[in-house]
Order: sequence, then structure tokens, then C-alpha cells
Amino acid sequence: MSRRVVVTGMGVVAPNGIGISAFLNAIQNGISGIKFMPLYEELKFSCHVAGKPDFVLEDLKNKNYISEVTFHGLKGTNIGYGLMAALDAWADAGLAYDTDVPRWETGCIFGNSVSDTEAMKNVITRVDNKEAKKLGSRVVEQAMNSGVTSYVSGRLGLGNKVITNSAACATGTQAILMGYETIKDGYAKRMLVGSSEYVDTYVFGSFDSMRVLSRKFNDQPEKASRPMSITAGGFVPGSGAAALILEDLEFALARGAKIYAEVLGGSTNSGGQRTGGSMTAANPVGVVRCIEEAMANSRISGQDVDLISGHLTATNADMQEIQNWCKALNRSGDDFPLMNSPKSMIGHCLSAAGSIESVASILQIVHGFVHPNINFDDPNPEISNYISLNCLPVSVVNKEINIVAKANFGFGDVNSCLIFSKFNPNDTTRNFN
Amino acid sequence: MTRQEILIELKKVLSPYTLDKETLANIDESTDLIKDLKINSANLVDIIIDAETKYNIEIDYDAADKMINVGGCIDVIEEKTNQQT
Repeated sequence: MSRRVVVTGMGVVAPNGIGISAFLNAIQNGISGIKFMPLYEELKFSCHVAGKPDFVLEDLKNKNYISEVTFHGLKGTNIGYGLMAALDAWADAGLAYDTDVPRWETGCIFGNSVSDTEAMKNVITRVDNKEAKKLGSRVVEQAMNSGVTSYVSGRLGLGNKVITNSAACATGTQAILMGYETIKDGYAKRMLVGSSEYVDTYVFGSFDSMRVLSRKFNDQPEKASRPMSITAGGFVPGSGAAALILEDLEFALARGAKIYAEVLGGSTNSGGQRTGGSMTAANPVGVVRCIEEAMANSRISGQDVDLISGHLTATNADMQEIQNWCKALNRSGDDFPLMNSPKSMIGHCLSAAGSIESVASILQIVHGFVHPNINFDDPNPEISNYISLNCLPVSVVNKEINIVAKANFGFGDVNSCLIFSKFNPNDTTRNFN
Repeated sequence: MTRQEILIELKKVLSPYTLDKETLANIDESTDLIKDLKINSANLVDIIIDAETKYNIEIDYDAADKMINVGGCIDVIEEKTNQQT
């Protein structure tokens, strides 16, 4: 028996806004969260700009997210982002934090890339200085990859499956998909899903060395992230987190939950690092297959898609991605759906990208708009070979959006695609029983 | 330092690790760190590290085993600080 799955809560810590209302305002108005980072210039990186949330770790204690005892010794920024997004989503779903007994019906699938390199640096320095004894009890929990899920599930008493996933830039969409499948297949009634990423100087430096980051707009940070533009010269790393509360439809209705949208389905696969795919490049066949499978699982066709929220990082992979979407949806030219990339405003938030961009997708369904592609004043002329430029709005479009296809593609040639829909309680074609 | 002086200072060391500030304010030598102050057992090692820093002493594994209640903590701190002078 298959269950319908709906989104009942959202939380976001994004470079251009913390909290759903701030983030909604930012994406409606094309507000960039990309800033100049003096330290990156000092460190002789090529890219001196980044998307970093205006985040204060102490808020976790001062605004009662966690107790002062839990906060004492908490250093991991990645954990901070994830905790805030997750707990905001939980509260947004109308649920209370405290519980004396485990919530057996609720689990958590939350991903990240590295746990926290800055926290690991502390370990390395102490150990190398023969001061391992001074590390204390709070280091392992913050250095381990499952740090975020451990803090989140501990705070909320989550008793169903608790999994930390990692699939590079596909992590966030993959976490949501796995949570959806858990509920659809009847293993849980509710799943807290999402992802977080803290691009500290060490992670940033490693990408910088690959020469894949934006470097020509260091003096104009807000213009530095330019997906699909002829001057797109690499991506801008972003940090942050987002979380969704997914619930079994009947379970959500029974408690009178507010419903943002429905997850119709999705797919995650790999191109096998063959036929054009590699560690760092997506095999187009794998991407097309992933999108096609996501639509098939969701029982929709390419014609049903109103909006594509692309991966579109502002590298030379953008042109291939557009062709992949054309092929998967069997739509091109003027027939292509509207498409945008939140990365023009927030940069590429790596593991957090999929969850933050999913929140953006759902907000566009809920509020009936398509957010602008900013910095798209000089489109790559190659785009016109595949789709009409009219499909890529540069200012906000107010329009009813029923179905969004959201995809992300990551290192290791991994792909994830989700299909979100406006929730229609009368749509019996979705009752798969 | 008298035992009472150590106890007053010890309250400051324990404070970040307990939410029960009322019990903390009224501790005596018999107060158990885990049972009475509800301190997470993993945090005992942090309390030891904080005490080492505060008193500039080294607390070995055997001594640490005695630090399960306030009296035990005072015993260890008193002994180690006396060794220094």
C-alpha cells in the first residue's frame, strides 16, 4: 500500500534570508546574498565572494532552540545551521519541541558533505600539540558526519529511522526523496528531512584550487553568481541549510496540519561515471533517466511541468543541463516550461542546495510566482539553440504554479530529482492504493 | 584554600553542565553530579578538563574516578593543589 506524502513545515537558513518569510521576500525580489569575503582575498584564493547566512550561533541558546548545557561547547557552524532550519520547520508544522517519550512515528534524514572542517582543525591542532586530553567530550559528536541528525533527533526525541546521507550536491534532494519513500512505503508517519552545508575556508580553498569558482566579479559580489550567462565563469560557494517536515497525508489531515504542497515522487541515480560522466561531470544519459524516472514515479508527463528549478550552477555544465531537461521532458523552444535557478541569488550551497532550493520551489507553488534569474542580462547565446529565452524570467512572474521539477547533480555523477505539486485534496488519481 | 572555598569555586565549574540551578545553589559534599545535578556522564570529562585549567593541576584517571560527587571533587582538587605548594 502506497501513501500520499505532503509537506507540512519548512525552515531555512539561506545566504539571502533566515526564516521562511525573509527567504520568500528575498527570492520574490531577486535579493542576492553573495558578499565580499576579505579573508578569501587575504588567503590568495581566486574567488573572493561567497553566500553566507547572517547567522548568529548564540541565537540557538538565546532563542531557546537548545538548552544552555547543550549550547555550551557547541562550535560546529554546520550543526548550527542544520539545527535552526530543522527546529524552525518543526515549529512551522505546529509541533512542540519537548517530549518525554520518543516519537516513534517520526524519523529524520538529513545530509551534509563534511561534518565541520573547522571543528576537525581543532582536533588536529590539539592532537599534534600532544594535547589530546584537552579535547573533552563534545568534539566527537561535532566531528562525526551524523552530527546534525544526532542533535536534531535528540532535541525532538525522534524515534523512527535517523539517517545521515551524503551525495555531494545532490544530498538535499536525495534526503527529501528518501524521507518521502519512507512515508510512502509506510515505515514512518512523519519525516524531518533536509540538508546543511558550511563552506569554511578549507572546503572553499579546495574548490578554489579546482578553478571552478567565479573570479571575475570579486569587486561586484552580487553579480558574481551568473547561471546560464555568457560571462558565467564558475560558481559561488554558498552555505546554509533547509528542512522540510514530510507527513503521511492522512496523518497530517487527522491533526489538522497546514499543507504546503505534495511530494508526488522522485528519483535518484548515478550516471556510473561513463559515457561523458566522470567524478566531476554528469553523464547526460544518467541525468535524463533520473528526470524521466522522477516523472514516471510521480505519474506525470513532461507537459505537466510548470516550472523547472534547475541545478544550473554557472559553470559550463549549464548548457548541457538545459539540453538534458529538453530531452527528458521532450519539450524545447517556446514549448519549454519556465526555468530558474536560485543559485543566482544564493550561490551554490553544495549539500544544502537541494533542500534550500526545494523550499524555494514549494514557496513558488504556495504563493503563485516564479522567482527571477538575477544576473541574466547577458544570456549565453547557445541557449537559443534549445529553448526560448522567454522561459528564463529575469523579473518575478506572478502565475499559478502546479508542478515543479527540482533536480540537483553532484560529484560522483549522482543525480536526484523531485516532483512537487500543489496539494489538491480532491485528486483521487493520487490515491495509489 | 578551605574545602568551603573550593566548593564555592566548584559551583562555577559545574554551572555550564547543569540546568538545575536551584540544586546547584544548594550543593553540599554529598551532592551526586549525575543523580542530583543531572549532569550527562560524558560531561564529567569536561568538568575535569575545566578544573585542571582553573586550578592548573593534572587529574589522572584514578583521581578522576573519585569525582562522582561534590565531596570527591573537593578531595581531588584539594590533594592536587596541595601537591603543588
